[in-house]
Amino acid sequence: MKPLAAIIFKDIVIEMRSKESISSMLMFGILVLIIFMFAFESSGLDKTVIGPGELWVAFSFAAILGLNRSLAMEIDNDCLQGLLLAPLGRGELYLGKVASNFTFMVIAEFIVLPVFFILNNLSFDQRFLGIVGITILGSLGIAAVGTILSTISANTRMKEVMLPILQIPLSVPVVIAAVEATSQILNNEKPEISAWLTILAGFSIVYLTVSYLVFEFAVEE
Amino acid sequence: MFALESEDIRKTFGHFTALAGVTLSVERGEFLALFGRNGAGKTTFLKVAATLVRHTQGKLRVEGIDISEEPEKARRQIGFLSHNTYLYRDLNPVENLRFFARLYGLKEPDKRIAALLERVGLGRRTADPVRAFSRGLHQRLGIARVMLHDPSLILLDEPYTGLDANAVEILNELLDEASRAGKTIILTTHDLDQGLRGATRAAIIDRGKVVFTGKAKDSAIRDAYASYIRGGVNR
Repeated sequence: MKPLAAIIFKDIVIEMRSKESISSMLMFGILVLIIFMFAFESSGLDKTVIGPGELWVAFSFAAILGLNRSLAMEIDNDCLQGLLLAPLGRGELYLGKVASNFTFMVIAEFIVLPVFFILNNLSFDQRFLGIVGITILGSLGIAAVGTILSTISANTRMKEVMLPILQIPLSVPVVIAAVEATSQILNNEKPEISAWLTILAGFSIVYLTVSYLVFEFAVEE
Repeated sequence: MFALESEDIRKTFGHFTALAGVTLSVERGEFLALFGRNGAGKTTFLKVAATLVRHTQGKLRVEGIDISEEPEKARRQIGFLSHNTYLYRDLNPVENLRFFARLYGLKEPDKRIAALLERVGLGRRTADPVRAFSRGLHQRLGIARVMLHDPSLILLDEPYTGLDANAVEILNELLDEASRAGKTIILTTHDLDQGLRGATRAAIIDRGKVVFTGKAKDSAIRDAYASYIRGGVNR
């Protein structure tokens, strides 16, 4: 656990100094919500119908910005190689990076989420807490697949472009399940939510396990 | 007992053969200078030995530990310094070294970190972020990172690149100290005089194969290197 904590602590200290990851995710996430609000304001559509998609577009694209920053930090001065020299399993390194990426994503999302509720005139009731839970689960899936993909992109020529190209299709199952689960909560359709939560948790666990096992090959030069 | 034993190490990147069967044994406490042109395979060999690059074929043992079977255990014995220092620019020297100390599981590393920083001449720059450092200071801190976990095998890939005279002197002193302490050192360089300065043995690598080995003090290495630069050493 110590190396894992060391990686998270190091990333947090760097983020506190540079303020590049969370601030860019926040700015992007809130801007997306505002743009969607103006775009659909006059349409008369029910906010609980378009809201979940709007929210997860903001979350998933903002996550790519955060993952790109996390990638840039490890590429700079070849720091990733320094991590690989440590007497740790590659899987442990992967878990450390997932944990820090997940932490930054959740911090940004926990600020964007209340903004979403305010912009859509939704009350902060039990539904808010339910969406907090889905946000945590969905972010874990996105961070799990995003961390390994950002490592793979690090060894390609078009690093920043390659990450979204790989990340968006692979995170689609997580995003669809998260959108559906969020929609069920906003519309108080509780009986149907468990299926989507199972899919969401299933994909997060599968991505985490597979990435943990193949990370060794992803970091190979 | 050998600190490093490589048997027919081969590494290919697609169709390109970087190492074409390197067989080399380095005894404990030996200081080996490895010479070769750009692209000869020096860096790839050191990266394979440091477990950063997986070899395609062959066996490599560090302190008797097979790097394919127990890479984590082997890494504990290795300190590797490349052109890049692997340091985080937003952290200061102490934070960088503390981070690596935690990765290596060192207990109460602060005293060692302070002593190392003093030794490499960075005792007064402990609060400055690494991004404010010159190339020479970067490399000095890189040396401190390499020495932090007290490795028995030190691998240095072109460590003199971009260093000023003062930094070269500090690096030489540190290498001499490490050598006296019984550490095994393998250093790659283009500069024959720089490489032979503290070395006990020298080798030349060409197109992924070791083509010459001999004692560093013998004139044969100078003749072989001159011949190699002119066009080739007899294989």
